[in-house]
Amino acid sequence: MGIRFILMVNKQGQTRLAQYFEYLTLEERRTLEGEIVRKCLARNEQQCSFVEHRTYKIVYRRYASLFFLVGVDNEENELAILEFIHLLVETMDRHFGNVCELDIMFHLEKAHFMLEEMVMNGCIVETSKANILAPIQLMDKTS
Amino acid sequence: MALSGMRGLSVFISEVRNCRNKEQERLRVDKELGNIRTRFKNEKGLTPYEKKKYVWKMLYIYMLGYDVDFGHMEAVSLISAPKYPEKQVGYIVTSCLLNENHDFLRLAINAVRNDIIGRNETFQCLALTLVGNIGGREFAESLAPDVQKLLISSSCRPLVRKKAALCLLRLFRKNSDILNVDGWSDRMAQLLDERDLGVLTSSMSLFVALVSNNHEAYWSCLPKCVKVMERLARNQDIPQEYTYYGIPSPWLQVKTMRALQYFPTVEDPSIRRALFEVLQRILMGTDVVKNVNKNNASHAVLFEALALVMHLDSEKEMMSQCVALLGKFIAVREPNIRYLGLENMTRMLMVTDVHEIIKRHQAQIITSLKDPDISIRRRSLDLLYGMCDVSNAKDIVEELLQYLGTADFAMREELALKAAILAEKFAPDLSWYVDVILQLIDKAGDFVSDDIWFRVVQFVTNNEDLQPYAALKAREYLDKPAIHETMVKVSAYLLGEYSHLLARRPGCSPKEIFSIIHEKLPTVSTPTISILLTTYAKILMHSQPPDPELQNQVWAVYSKYESCIDAEIQQRAVEYFALSRKGEALMDILAEMPKFPERQSSLIKKAEDTEADTAEQSAIKLRTQQQASNALVLTDHRPANGAPQVSQLGMIMVPSTSNVDQNVVDQPLTHSNGTLSVVDPQPPAQDHAPAGDILGDLLGPLAIEGPPGVSPQSELNNVPSHEGTLGANDALALAPVGDQESTVKPIGDIAERFHALCLKDSGVLYEDPYIQIGIKAEWRGHQGRMVLFLGNKNTASLDSVQAKILPPSHLKLDLSLVPKIIPPRAQVQCPLEVVNLRPSRDVAVLDFSYKFGTYLVNNRLRLPAVLNKFFQPIQVSAEEFFPQWRSLPGPPLKLQEVVRGVRPMSLGEMANLFNSLKLMVCPGLDPNACNLVASTTFYSENTRAMLCLIRIETDPADRTQLRMTVASGDPTLTFELKEFIKEHLVSIPTAGKPPAPVAQQPQPNIPPIASSDPGALLAGLL
Repeated sequence: MGIRFILMVNKQGQTRLAQYFEYLTLEERRTLEGEIVRKCLARNEQQCSFVEHRTYKIVYRRYASLFFLVGVDNEENELAILEFIHLLVETMDRHFGNVCELDIMFHLEKAHFMLEEMVMNGCIVETSKANILAPIQLMDKTS
Repeated sequence: MALSGMRGLSVFISEVRNCRNKEQERLRVDKELGNIRTRFKNEKGLTPYEKKKYVWKMLYIYMLGYDVDFGHMEAVSLISAPKYPEKQVGYIVTSCLLNENHDFLRLAINAVRNDIIGRNETFQCLALTLVGNIGGREFAESLAPDVQKLLISSSCRPLVRKKAALCLLRLFRKNSDILNVDGWSDRMAQLLDERDLGVLTSSMSLFVALVSNNHEAYWSCLPKCVKVMERLARNQDIPQEYTYYGIPSPWLQVKTMRALQYFPTVEDPSIRRALFEVLQRILMGTDVVKNVNKNNASHAVLFEALALVMHLDSEKEMMSQCVALLGKFIAVREPNIRYLGLENMTRMLMVTDVHEIIKRHQAQIITSLKDPDISIRRRSLDLLYGMCDVSNAKDIVEELLQYLGTADFAMREELALKAAILAEKFAPDLSWYVDVILQLIDKAGDFVSDDIWFRVVQFVTNNEDLQPYAALKAREYLDKPAIHETMVKVSAYLLGEYSHLLARRPGCSPKEIFSIIHEKLPTVSTPTISILLTTYAKILMHSQPPDPELQNQVWAVYSKYESCIDAEIQQRAVEYFALSRKGEALMDILAEMPKFPERQSSLIKKAEDTEADTAEQSAIKLRTQQQASNALVLTDHRPANGAPQVSQLGMIMVPSTSNVDQNVVDQPLTHSNGTLSVVDPQPPAQDHAPAGDILGDLLGPLAIEGPPGVSPQSELNNVPSHEGTLGANDALALAPVGDQESTVKPIGDIAERFHALCLKDSGVLYEDPYIQIGIKAEWRGHQGRMVLFLGNKNTASLDSVQAKILPPSHLKLDLSLVPKIIPPRAQVQCPLEVVNLRPSRDVAVLDFSYKFGTYLVNNRLRLPAVLNKFFQPIQVSAEEFFPQWRSLPGPPLKLQEVVRGVRPMSLGEMANLFNSLKLMVCPGLDPNACNLVASTTFYSENTRAMLCLIRIETDPADRTQLRMTVASGDPTLTFELKEFIKEHLVSIPTAGKPPAPVAQQPQPNIPPIASSDPGALLAGLL
């Protein structure tokens, strides 16, 4: 089914955003996030961007202090997901202007809205930044 | 940076962030949760703004990992809010906090539906997204038509339709009946004509789900996908917004190529040409560029194109390009590309004929096994495991052993298991195998499971030549200062059995052996002590004439353990002590262990089990049934024991004549295994053999041999004399067995139903007045999925329903749980997973019984998981056919036979018959118009995809005879396929055919290889 979850975690291992596309109990999420974060944060720049964990493959990318981790199943193209992360970051950049961890943290709802426009049910819905940002702009205007 | 529009939320987030430690954070969160709870409880007049704020706080808290078990109602209630901002929060938070089974979600179903059918498209989007993310079955049933309407509506804007596509995908996964395949495939094809790339991207995801489920229904969409690829590759009509670093939507390209991989072939030559042109351009035109993002995106497309070329396979020219590219990738510095290169090379092992080319990269792959990155090491391990065969096993296994010493803990167990399996499968000689396993235990004892050392003991026991060598090796390891406990176990076992073979060597007298083993005793655990006690008894037994000094030493040990607190040890000590005083009789009682019956390695099963933890391409799956090397196949055994292959038992032992011996000696093994299967040493053909196997053997040929058109009941009557001896296996038992036989009669001819199902994938397998069993099957490569539909036709329930599969040895069948009771007028579905391991005409049997009132009905029904289900018709051109045909020179790969007694039919009829068997007739290849040439691809785990070629030469003067030539790359496959076709040519099961001459026919049908097989012998007798 493609993307199973998207996590944004900072260098200290604190979750800044979590979106799951399959149901896991809170306990399962906590354990999974702990394991994955430990594995990925320990890796260095010379290592590849893919980590196998349980039945997932984690595709991750680091931007300054923030790690973007995407859990996928075997039906996904790893590099396409890796660039999808970058597309997400570029989209956030376009909205926030040089996005940083605090933007995502304090604009949790906006980050969620963007993600919601980009991924649905584990599949990519939209890759045009203008289209992704349209609803948020609409909302900014009305409020 | 502007703060969020909700001040309260920002303040809270910032306070949590400023907490110094987890404890403070928890306190702060608890306080907030208490606050929200009271606000929700006490103040009815919460403004929408306040609700929104609190709900976001809840989401934030939940994200931090704290349970939020209230306020769901408030989140859901925001869905019905009239204004967009509240509504949006309601939708998003609901889909984050709730799951499809949540009761509150049901409350929302009406509000959601109103938004979907309403006129406000932003509301429609929100509602579709929620359903798309967490909608369950109930949503599927009540919303599917509305969602479909939106997706195909021409008045709807793209922003709604793209969400409708993925929403429909979710609903389809919840209930596949919502889309009527016949009607929907045309719609789907239209959707793929879409110009808007957002809608197209979502529709392509929907399409992948549909086509993976049933590609047959969507052939009409294939050209559309190729069109999409052409459009993207040529950058035609692609808006700037959908171009990523100059590449037209890489994500859509990838998705489209993924969809194409669900079609077995692309038959239409012009479409094929168009597609290959695009693929060629991708393969040739992808350069390495400086910009990381552009590079990644273009390589994402490239890797998907590689996968598609590998799948479509036949253009050999492009295949070599693929291998060359992958060979380059596994050596580059960029770790991502290296990783994917290894991964795709493993995938490529499934393609025939590239093994040798991949082997050229062995050195590079071994280098990757030492890469600093564990992800890459894992891929490399998998690839090495997959590419290992007799020719390179020694090198690869030795590399693995060497690496074991430094490997990460996380990988050692997998590594040890894989090394053990490869050593077992591809050992050039058995002494090497023993060396490898002992080294494994020595280097990584903690990671060597019991199965591994059990297995080496089995091999040594079954191979007399190996015994002195193994004993000597075990003795050498005992000289090492600190050895792993598993090494103590295996050496003690081996030396107990075989140390007498070393007696003349220095340091190998019984006394010396005893004392060196006994030195280890203080350091080992209880289960090992049990083994040591047995070893001592064996050593005593072998030292004839008895050495009084040794005897005293051993007896002293036994008397010490006579009062041991562990019952097992105590019992052994007492019994061995008593037995060892019996003098000569000891020789009989403690005689050598008899040979183990040959069977499939339990290690491989284990490898499959652990696979869940590794990634997809764990090549294990691809290799499980890989042919073992000759060395191990030769391990001979009594044919009488050959029968049981039913299950994977830890160890099957053949007891010798002495019961005492069995009880005593077996124990250490039973203990550690938990299972012990006793196989009667008598030839088991009559009643002790597992019914499944024999039945399988019987059914294969018999099904065809039986006079066609004769109902099962009369078959039963034909062979009453066999009933006594054959017991449950008799006469196919196609009819109800038991006292009630005459009362519950099947409706329709079971044999005919079966034959019909051999040629199609859904229909009724069995019916009687109470029950109807339907079957629906899907086949893909060597795998299949059958669903049994058990329908109760009555107004009373059927009880004690039981269904069991008796699989032939070449199929792996996994039936899901069958409910004991089928309620009145209800239908239950039981999925059955099928994996084809190797070519065989044997047939799987469903043993099915139920009770209706006082009637007990029991049926054995053949399941239509027959040879041709694993065919994939393939059109072969003259340029492909003739080189292949010539490269298979003669027996056993190419077999020819003159078949007589053929049912007369015209060439056209024969071509139809072949096509219905999924053997594709290729017209024009044979210049002689009386001849017919056909080809197909056969899939099994063992053979992988294998091309089969068939040529039939008919005699226009005499239609009852013909000459048939069958060729493939696998001797068994060639033979089985030849027999299979013959069966269909000779006796097509139509009712009312004159049975007499046909019934004589099959005598030569019995495979000569199987003539030692009791089942086949019986079949011959019948």
